[in-house]
Formats: sequence, structure tokens, C-alpha cells
Amino acid sequence: MPQLRAKRRRIGEDVIKGVLAVCALISVATTVGIVVALFVPAFEFFQEISIVDFLTGKDWSPLFEPAHFGVLPLIGGTLLVTAIASAVAMPFGLGAAIYLSEYASPRLRGILKPAFETLAGIPTIVFGYFALTFMTPLLRDLGIQVDIFNTLSAGLVMGVMLMPTVASLSEDAMGAVPCDLRDGAYALGSTKVQVATRIVVPAAVSGIVASFVLAISRAVGETMIVLVAMGQQPNLTFDPREAAEAMTAFIAATGAGDVPTGSIEYKTIFAVGATLFVLTLVMNVFAIRLVRKYREVYE
Amino acid sequence: MSRALKGGLFKGLLLLSLLVGFLMLAALLVDVFKDGLPYLDLTLLTNPPSSDPAIAGARPAILATIYIGILLLLFVVPIGVGTAVYLEEYADKTRWYNKLLEINIQNLAAVPSIVYGILGLAFLVRGIGLGRVLLAGAMILTLLVLPTVIIAAREAIRSVPDSIRQGGYALGATRWQVVSRQVLPAAIPGIATGSILALSRAIGETAPLIMIGAVTYISFDPTILGPFTALPIQIYSFLRLPQAEFKLLAAASIIVLLAILLTLNAFAIFIRNRYRRSW
Repeated sequence: MPQLRAKRRRIGEDVIKGVLAVCALISVATTVGIVVALFVPAFEFFQEISIVDFLTGKDWSPLFEPAHFGVLPLIGGTLLVTAIASAVAMPFGLGAAIYLSEYASPRLRGILKPAFETLAGIPTIVFGYFALTFMTPLLRDLGIQVDIFNTLSAGLVMGVMLMPTVASLSEDAMGAVPCDLRDGAYALGSTKVQVATRIVVPAAVSGIVASFVLAISRAVGETMIVLVAMGQQPNLTFDPREAAEAMTAFIAATGAGDVPTGSIEYKTIFAVGATLFVLTLVMNVFAIRLVRKYREVYE
Repeated sequence: MSRALKGGLFKGLLLLSLLVGFLMLAALLVDVFKDGLPYLDLTLLTNPPSSDPAIAGARPAILATIYIGILLLLFVVPIGVGTAVYLEEYADKTRWYNKLLEINIQNLAAVPSIVYGILGLAFLVRGIGLGRVLLAGAMILTLLVLPTVIIAAREAIRSVPDSIRQGGYALGATRWQVVSRQVLPAAIPGIATGSILALSRAIGETAPLIMIGAVTYISFDPTILGPFTALPIQIYSFLRLPQAEFKLLAAASIIVLLAILLTLNAFAIFIRNRYRRSW
């Protein structure tokens, strides 16, 4: 009988497997690190400031005396800019996706899709510059009386930035819809519009919703556009022409300063950061599940 | 409304969506180049920042961005490829901890970059007392783009057909010999493309570096263990100054940044097309 098993264990092979496993552990350690880094100081923060006051307070002025820690103005700023960005990114992104998936020839799609996606490769600081030096003056020229820093131009530019996110993921989902469904509808006498709007979009709806959720999550977590173009003054308002502050902008502005470690001002970074992390995590998990779901349906 | 008219209108609306994107991209480029080109000269590349816009440059920031890019590649490629090899070639995918690892990487890829900045501020800058140094920035950007590299490397490794591995095993090779001499060399183009794209994403990142590097005035060349400012942060610093000339300097710096990113992306596309292999 020939010997089929190695006579001895190869120690070198085990060492290599161990080294590779350590590499893999680094990403686990990152997650643990993020959770610990955010939630330990946030927990300490909430021992000093009641979590109810934090989540329902309408005044955010942690650096002034007397300090107020109501996070609503920051959440409001984030939600308003996100809403504006979504109103741009979702319809235009979806429109672009339908065109790429249903109307463009494969050749044209091969050119247009990567070209459209270059928008996603531009650094966010550049979009911030664009919002401040192009969009805001443009809005004023159009007769909309916006402040120098305002939520409207930050939101509009953020929407432009997120269009490829929506278009790309939605187009993937529509591409996964089997041609049989389209052919069946054409056989029944449907027009191209009907096939696109009543067959393809409904069949790809989970992927489209996932792209929407992911875009919202990215808008909530986006920092540079809001820091540069939206302003740094907490402002609980629904008027997008005014300056306001988003959660991320507060974190960046405070983190860049020299607040002493362990002070309550320092801990606000983590309380707001933890709020942001939980918000985006919930949306991301939801989106990833949806993407999985539509993949399973048609494969 | 007639069907044809309706169809034409619908198609027009869809085209308009694409057009809005392209128009905005064009407006952005025109805006940047119109403001920045007059200030794009050797002064910008060789001079440190100054309170006088006429002689102010971004040399320390450009150098720091190059240093960060080199350090980042040194860190992220081995760790990312190591993780990908572990997941694709070694891990038993039915085990709960390996499934958890995959979900974890997917979720990490979607964490906002500012959160990585908080991690860096809490652990590296203040926690272990590294301070606001270039190394801390490179480390945090490594963690930020690690999921991108892992995902790209896994796809590259997965696309190497099993027959190659089985051929290696049939000749008596150990697992590591198969991986290091057969699988990885065949996966290099995919890994290189993914790593370069990750690098270009990291170089454009601003938010995490603001948390780590702070927005400070740096007039000397950076060192790995010294204070630093990177190109995107320099742009932000220029933008915050009140004089209008600094906005134009910001635009000129943006042109430099975009040129670096464009070069990197073109290089990635070149590698992908040049070494694309079909099995």
C-alpha cells in the first residue's frame, strides 16, 4: 500500500496558516476597536448627561457656558442635507440605471457606465469646494437667497456625488432580471416603457431599494461636503437656505481642535460618533441583506 | 398620448438623468481648472504654505501624501492579501467564525470614514500616545481601505481555476507551495488593480486625517513620526482662509490631487487590460 498521508506534520505549513489567520483577525480587531473606542467614552458621557436630554434636547452648545447637549440640531442638519441629497440622487440615479440597463447597447453601456462612475472617484473635499465656489453662487444667481454656508448647495452636490452609487447598484439589479420576463411582456404587446416600469423595475426592486438605503447611509456619514459648504453652527431648522451643522461636521471640527482628553467636550465626539455609527450600521445591514436577497432569487 | 410620444418622452427623461451627472462633472472640472490653472506652477509644488498667497505652496502636503501612499501599500497589501488567502484557500467556510469574518468585512466596508478617524484619535493619537503623526494617518487609512483590498484580492484568487491547484497537489506540492507559486502569481493582476484603486481612494480621503493630523500649519518637510498635513487637508486649510487668493490655491491643489488620482486609476486600468487572462 502506498503511503497517502504525509509522514510528519509540516510545521512551516501550520505557521503560515497561523500568520494568515492573524491577518484576517486584524479586520475583526478593527470592528472591536471601533465599538470600544466609540461606546466606552459614549457610556461615560451618558453617565454625566442623561440620554433622554441628549436625544430630545433642542440646544447643542457643548463648548459654551452653560453647556447644552441636545443633539437634535445636529441630527436635524444631517437629515435635512440627506433628504436633499436623496431627492437628487434617487430619481436621477435610477433614471440613469434604467437607461443603461434597458436602452443603451452593451457597447455604449461599456463606455457610459465607467464614465458615470468617475463621479464616485472624485474626493469629497473636491465636491465640498464645488458646492462652496460653484453651487452656492449659482443658486444666488438663480435668485435663491442662500447664506454663504447653506444646507441646500451641500445637499445638491452630495446628491450628484451619490448618483453613481444608486445607478451602479440599481443597474446591477436590473441586469440580473432574466430576459425571459422581458420577452414575455413584449410577447403580450407591451411597449418598452411598460417593460421597463412594470416588469424590470418591480423585479429588481430589492436591489434598487438597497441602492437607495446605501446612498442614504453614505449621505449620513459624509463629512467633507457638509464641513466645507454647509457650515458649523448648530441650527434646528427646515430652511435649507440657512447654515447648519451635521453630525459628521461637528465630529471633524471638534476632533481637529485641541479639546483635552477625558473632558466632557472630548466625550461629545464619541457620543455623536456612536449615534452616527448606529444609524449607518442599521442601514448598511439592511442594504446588504436586500442585495443578498435579489442575488438569490435569479441565480 | 400616443405610445411613440410616451416612449420618446420616457427615454428623454432617462437620458436627462445621465446628462445631469455628466454636466455636473463637466461643471466641476471647469470650475476647478478655471480657478486653479493660473496658480498651478512650480511655486505650488516646491514652496511650503505661507500667509502670502503669492509664494504659498503645498510641498509638505504633497510629500506627506506620497509618504502616506507608500506606507499604506506596505501595510495594506500584505494584510489584505493574507486575509484573502486565508478566507479563500484555508478557511473552512462552514465554521461560524469564518462566516462572521465575511459579514464583518462587508460591514466594515460601509462604515463612514469619519468613524475611522474617531478610532485613530482615540487609540493611536491619544490611547497609545503616538501623537498626531504621519504614521498614525497611514495606519488608519490602511484600516479604512483594507476591506476594499480584501474583496478585490478574494475575487482575483477565486478566478484562478481549481485545475491549477490540483495540478500542483498532484505533483506533491504542499498547500503553501500551491498558493505561493501557482495561485498568487496568477492572481497578481487582480490584486494589483484592487490595491491601486484602494490607494487612490485613501489618498483622496480627508475626514479621518482631519481627526488625526489636525488642521495645522506645517511649513517643513514631513517625517514618518512627525506632524504632517496631507494634500486633501491642505486643500481644506486653504479653503478656510479668508482671502480669496487661497481659494484659488485650493483649486490649484485640487488639480494636483486629481492628476495623481487620474494617473493611479489609468495605471490600474492599464494593468487590468494588459494582464487580463482568460482560463
